[in-house]
Amino acid sequence: MDQQHSGTALAPGQTAPDFTLPATPDQNLSLSDLKGAPVILAFYPADWSPVCGDQMALYNEVLPEFRHFGAQLVGISTDGVWCHSAFAAERKLHFPLLADFEPKGGVARAYGVYRAHEGTSERALFVIDAAGKIAWSHVSPVGINPGADGILGALDEMAAHSPSTGAAS
Amino acid sequence: MSQLNPPVSTDDHAAGPEDAPVTLVEYGDYECPYCGMAYPVLKALQEALGSRLRFVFRNFPLTEAHPHASRAAAFAEAAASIGKFWEAHDMLYEHQDALDDRSLLAYGHALGLDRAVVLAAFEGAYDEKIRRDFRGGLRSGVNGTPCLFINGQRYDGPVDLDTLVDTIERLGDSYA
Repeated sequence: MDQQHSGTALAPGQTAPDFTLPATPDQNLSLSDLKGAPVILAFYPADWSPVCGDQMALYNEVLPEFRHFGAQLVGISTDGVWCHSAFAAERKLHFPLLADFEPKGGVARAYGVYRAHEGTSERALFVIDAAGKIAWSHVSPVGINPGADGILGALDEMAAHSPSTGAAS
Repeated sequence: MSQLNPPVSTDDHAAGPEDAPVTLVEYGDYECPYCGMAYPVLKALQEALGSRLRFVFRNFPLTEAHPHASRAAAFAEAAASIGKFWEAHDMLYEHQDALDDRSLLAYGHALGLDRAVVLAAFEGAYDEKIRRDFRGGLRSGVNGTPCLFINGQRYDGPVDLDTLVDTIERLGDSYA
């Protein structure tokens, strides 16, 4: 049912399109700022919806494991900055949530994970290596929390193949 | 699809015979309301299946969302040191509304657990074991709590007695 969307998600081996999005009402974050270490992009449909909440709450707890690989996690949805800041404060999230709000879903489109009908992104994960290439990607059914095993597996593999970008810390 | 890794070992808290045809593993958080709702269901399941079921509990505290989850888990691990893990586990799920330090110390007293042992648990004596459970859960595909694994396979169905008994009996038959 989601084939036409998930089929278009950027695949491993492709260069991760750079972007700049607001992380707070007065701060932007660019993907290129994070170059040199692995990046986990977690696209999710919306702040506050139950599954997303659980998924982001789970990732919040997994941060030490991600950090072990030197990886930075960023959440992205089409919600605006003020919505993100309220959501992050309420859930005590310790990683940036980027607002893919204007042009709406522009970054989700660039990664092939925009759901035009709903005006949200897919629930999609991308693990990007230190050089800015997509190492792993995964699109879940919107209602299903994908957990963290896929991300951790991808980080493992990456660390095994290029120890210099891996788990130094 | 998601598979339990690491498999159940002597490191785990298990109730029921080691050679039971079915092993149910719960990844749980003592402060999680959904785990609280699953608690009486899993109790009834154990009763219904008797020696055909081995039940294992592993820690998956979501400490940012649940401020008492970490110390509650530590408390149960401390109770395990005097062979009272399940008493502590049950006590916590039966008192989810009172998991502050003072309450945990009182539960410890009721179980005959040394105050110093509980305090040491609060200070991190069992953090490594708890973290090991948590990490194993992540690798196994735990995506929230409670998360159940039946004979090593993640169970994504509803947590109600009838469905669980059905699922497990079908499995048990295929093992018999």
